[in-house]
Amino acid sequence: MTRYILRRLLIAIPTLIGITILIFLAMRVLPGDPLAMTMSEASGKYVLSEAELAQARASLGLDKPYYQQYLAWMKEVLSGNLGHSFWTKEPISALILRRGPITAEIALMAVLFSWLVGVPLGMVSAFWRNSLLDYLSRMAITLFIAVPSFWVGLLIVLFTVLVLTWRPPLSIVQLWEDPLTNLSMTVLPALALGLGLAAGQARMTRSSALEVLYEDYIRTARAKGLAEKMVMWRHVFKNAMLPVITTSGLALGGLLGGAVSVERAFGVPGLGTLLVQALNDRDWMMIQNLVLIYGVIFAAINLLVDLSYAWFDPRIRYE
Amino acid sequence: MSEFSSTISNKPPLWATDATPATPGLLKRGWRALLRFMHNSPVGTIAALIWILLILIAIFAPSLAPYAPQEADYGAIRQAPSAQHLLGADDIGRDVLSRIIFGARITLLVSIVSVLIGDLIGFFWGVTSGYLGQRFDLISQRVLDVLMSFPALILALLLLVAIGAGLTTVIIAIAVTRIPSSARVIRSVVLSIKETAYVEAARSVGVRPWRIMLVHIAPQCIAPLIVIATLNLGAAIFAESALSFLGLGIPPPAPSWGNMLGGVLAASFRPSWWLVIFPGLAITISIMAANLLGDALRDFLDPRLRSRLN
Repeated sequence: MTRYILRRLLIAIPTLIGITILIFLAMRVLPGDPLAMTMSEASGKYVLSEAELAQARASLGLDKPYYQQYLAWMKEVLSGNLGHSFWTKEPISALILRRGPITAEIALMAVLFSWLVGVPLGMVSAFWRNSLLDYLSRMAITLFIAVPSFWVGLLIVLFTVLVLTWRPPLSIVQLWEDPLTNLSMTVLPALALGLGLAAGQARMTRSSALEVLYEDYIRTARAKGLAEKMVMWRHVFKNAMLPVITTSGLALGGLLGGAVSVERAFGVPGLGTLLVQALNDRDWMMIQNLVLIYGVIFAAINLLVDLSYAWFDPRIRYE
Repeated sequence: MSEFSSTISNKPPLWATDATPATPGLLKRGWRALLRFMHNSPVGTIAALIWILLILIAIFAPSLAPYAPQEADYGAIRQAPSAQHLLGADDIGRDVLSRIIFGARITLLVSIVSVLIGDLIGFFWGVTSGYLGQRFDLISQRVLDVLMSFPALILALLLLVAIGAGLTTVIIAIAVTRIPSSARVIRSVVLSIKETAYVEAARSVGVRPWRIMLVHIAPQCIAPLIVIATLNLGAAIFAESALSFLGLGIPPPAPSWGNMLGGVLAASFRPSWWLVIFPGLAITISIMAANLLGDALRDFLDPRLRSRLN
């Protein structure tokens, strides 16, 4: 296992370097210069004069060659300095620390929801396959996999506003400050994100349980007279969970992307809202470091998924 | 040996009797395959019909839409669905039905073109990386790792900020996010074909690598490619609508299903339900049809893909 972890960590390093290079190139080489984007904004936004621009460039180190800029950025990031917002001058790390927990909370609750709903649904569906119940649950799965999460979010908001005449609070309240207010802000977005995910989990659980059901050891278990309940939980369920765990990890990463549009639908001030705001304001240092954060978190989740896979299935370690 | 072969040549072999008809023409075979598909998978057939309908709507949008999509009727601002405006009117009195019909043009154009570009690149990527292997494979896999290290939407956002929002750039950004999935699946298919006897045989008689890839390997990957591309269509529609919803995709005056949902809730304290429901339904139906068609094609063309795609 240690060898596997080391090898997997070694693979992660070039990927992380690749992420930083991709972000760096996207932010600089393609449009010419990050500040040129700020300049060319003609829609009534603040436009810098030539002198201000030159000064801003020098202060941000943009007049240096690319490789020096890249190394300088890496040095700052590695020493934990994520810089400041170009417009509001707020430190980016403080913004992330304030808004990150909300997004993380939404994403984790969505995964939790998908387990609580998706896994039992998939098991039931596999166990009584081709029954009416299976048929109905497969229809629901097909529907909820296709429905865009942000639209579900809009529908929920529409319902709460029109029918319940209630709007969620919009200020940032952390879970540890005021749990109730915080939850009233995060539960519904988590539900919007979780529905599609639950459908995905149910589908995964169903197909993986069906596969396990035809394994020899299940026949053995039944042949030796084990109660059906035991067969289902001890043998089928345990073995069917492996792909489900893997997909949850990957889904958690995908949720970070999905959360951007769901947060927008609810107006929740999370990390995604911050990113969209930064994109609209052309706040390039913020974009650069936020996207980096997303990339690093996603890479870390992938790593954990691979490790958990190897933990649960020893065959992987010796590949 | 000669004695043996002469006995065979006297009598036609058992399998060459009239039970085996001559190979029918391409048209006829295609027709038969279509009938078989319709018989095997009624759901897939309905999904295909929905997509044909969507494409027809997109093509004939100008003659189908009751109003021009940008035409603002200030007397009809936020009018609920009625005989004049079947699906209601938006904040500046534009007809929602007409905008959805014209929106189909943009949404289908973006999704189909981006999937074509992305999956063809992924196809060549997967075939070469899978067949050539070694260092080339290692490097290209690491590049894919990097592309896959971002949630698709975040990657598209990053590319859009680099190249600016607009129709072409949205297509490019979504196309890039589609590359890794097809490259990975095609590569895994290639790896198994590479070990087959006929590829081995071709290699041992000295056929050049590019020719083996072109003649022996690529044709085997076309069925998987079709399946992945169909499944990716749904993902591309989702990506386009999410980007446009965020105001970072198709710029507003032009109608896209995603940007129609954009400012809907911010506009007023009492949001109009028809502005939320109908564009979202259009998105959902087209994504669902693409997914169902993809599943049906997978089961029809290559059932072994099921495990690879998961």
